[in-house]
Amino acid sequence: MKSDARYEIRFSGSGGQGIITAAVVMADGVGAYDNKHVCQTQSYGPEARGGKSKAEVVISGSPIDYPKALRVDLLLAMTQAACDAYFSDIKSDGLLVVDGGLVKQLPTSRSVSIPFTRIAREKIGRELVANMVALGAVGYLCGQVSLDGLEQALLSRVPKGTEQMNSEALHAGIEEARKINLDLLPKSVLSEWEDEL
Amino acid sequence: MESIKDGEQKKILLQGNEAIVAGALAAGCRFFAGYPITPASEISEILSVKLPQLGGTFIQMEDEIASMGAVIGASLAGVKAMTATSGPGFSLIQENLGYGCIAEVPCVIVDVMRGGPSTGLPTSPSQGDVQMARWGTHGDHPIIVLAVSSVADCFSVTIKAFNLSEKYRIPVIILSDEVVAHTRESVTLPESDQIRIFDRVKPDVPPEWYKPYADNNRGVPDMAAFGDGYRHHVTGLVHDEKGFPTQDAQEIDKFLRRIHSKISKGFQDIQITKTHLMEDAEVCVIAYGSVARSALRAVRDARKLGVKAGLVQLVTLFPFPRKSVDTYLRQCRVAIVPEMNMGQMSREIGRINQAGCRIVKHNRIDGQLITPEEILKHLTTV
Repeated sequence: MKSDARYEIRFSGSGGQGIITAAVVMADGVGAYDNKHVCQTQSYGPEARGGKSKAEVVISGSPIDYPKALRVDLLLAMTQAACDAYFSDIKSDGLLVVDGGLVKQLPTSRSVSIPFTRIAREKIGRELVANMVALGAVGYLCGQVSLDGLEQALLSRVPKGTEQMNSEALHAGIEEARKINLDLLPKSVLSEWEDEL
Repeated sequence: MESIKDGEQKKILLQGNEAIVAGALAAGCRFFAGYPITPASEISEILSVKLPQLGGTFIQMEDEIASMGAVIGASLAGVKAMTATSGPGFSLIQENLGYGCIAEVPCVIVDVMRGGPSTGLPTSPSQGDVQMARWGTHGDHPIIVLAVSSVADCFSVTIKAFNLSEKYRIPVIILSDEVVAHTRESVTLPESDQIRIFDRVKPDVPPEWYKPYADNNRGVPDMAAFGDGYRHHVTGLVHDEKGFPTQDAQEIDKFLRRIHSKISKGFQDIQITKTHLMEDAEVCVIAYGSVARSALRAVRDARKLGVKAGLVQLVTLFPFPRKSVDTYLRQCRVAIVPEMNMGQMSREIGRINQAGCRIVKHNRIDGQLITPEEILKHLTTV
C-alpha cells in the first residue's frame, strides 16, 4: 500500500446487529496491534434496535485527514436495505460481502455471500455473534489486518465471560472466507455490459 | 483506556470522548458533575469509574443547572472541575456560567454539539452552538471557547482548556461535535512528564491581608480555596476587591474592565490557529471542528489539481483570533468558510475582513458532515 493510500471498509446493517462493535474491533486490531493509522466512525439513529446502522474503518500508512469513507473498498451488508443503500459507494474494484441468509438480491456478481447469522445460530448457538462471524470474514478478505491482532482486539473488547463464544464466531467467519477464491470473481462491481457501453 | 494508566508509549485506539477524559485527568481534573446526554455521555460514563479510583468525585446531578453549580462549588474549594453536555444541556449551563465568569471561577465545560434547535438530532453532528458558547449567558462577559477536530486534539486541547481556565480564572468551553466525539483513532498520548500543567496562583499573604479580588500586574487575582483559612465572600453581584457587592460606579467600571482586559492581555497565549499549506496559498479554507478535517482533504486534493489552496484551522474560536485570520485574509483573494450551521463563524470573519477578501460561505444543516468534495468544488471554481 502506498503510504498515503487509503483502504476503506464500511460495515452496515440495522441497529442491534453489532455493526459498530465489529468496526471498533477491526479498528483496534489495525491500530493498536498492527500499528497502522486508523480512523473509525459511525452513524446511527436514536433507536436501540432497528433503524439504519453504519460504521466505517479507514486504514492508511500516513495520518488520516477526512475520517469517513470517500470510496469504499469493502462493503459489508448485513441487511438487504443496507446493501441497496450503500452499494453505489463501492469502488469499481471494491468488494461486496453480504449475509447470504438476509441479503437475497445481489447488485453485482463481484460479491461474497456467507450466511453469517445462520452460522452464528447453528455453529455457535447464538445469533448475537453474527457480527463477529462477519468480522472474521471481512478481516480475512480485506487483507489489511493480522488475524492474530484482530483476535487480541476482540478479546480485549468483548464482555467478560463471552470471550470463547466470540472467538469461536470470529474463527468460523475466517474459515468460511478461506473457502472463497477472490480471483474467480469478476474484476469490477459493474456488470460486463456496463463496461462495454 | 487501560494503557494510559500504564503510560506505555504505544498506540491505542481512543474515541474523542475518551481522549477528553484522558486529557482532563492528565490536567488534574478531580471533580465532575453532570447529566448524561447523547453524544457526550461517554465522558460521564468513563469519569464515573475513573474519578473515584483517583480519589476524585463524580456526581450525577438532577440537571445541568445544578451540574454547573456543583462544578463552580468544587472549583471554589480548590479542585479542578468540569462538566460535559450537549445542546439541550448547554442551554441550562448558561444560567450559572455567568456566575463563573463574574466570580472568576476556573472550570471547563465540554459541549459536544448535536443537531438543534431543541432536542433536534441527538445522534447527528452540528456546529450550531458556536455563538451560544460566546454569548449564551447574559451580560457582557469574557469567555474562552476552544474547538477540537481530532482524537489527538481532544487530549491536548482539554489540557490547554484547564491550563487557561486556571491561569486566567475563567470558565473555558470546549466545543466538540458528534463526529469528533465518536470517532476512534489510533493515537500515542504523551507521557505525563511531557505535559505542562498550570495551577491557579494561591495567595502568599497572611489570611487577614487577603483581598480575593484585588488587581495585580497579571489582572488575575490570587485565588484561595475555601477551607484554606482565607475567609472570603463570593457573589454573582458586581463586587469590590474584598468580594462584597458594590454600587460605586468607579469600582464597578474598574472591576468589569479588569475581567475583560485580563483576557485581552493574554491574547498571544489564548488565540490558537493551525495552518496547513498556507505559505503560498491564494485561496484558503477557514474551518474548525470535524469540518477542518474535510477541509484539509479538500485542500490537498485541490493542490493536486494545481490550485494554490491552504487551510486555516481555528482552535480558539473566542476571543476571535483576529490578528492571524486578518493576515490570511490579506494574503488570499478568496476564503471559503464551511460550517455545519448557517454561518456563525463566517460572520466573525466577515466582521474583521478589511482587505476585501471574498468570503464564500458553505453551510450544511442536514445532520451530515461536510464532505471534502463539497469544499473542493468551491476551491476549483472560485
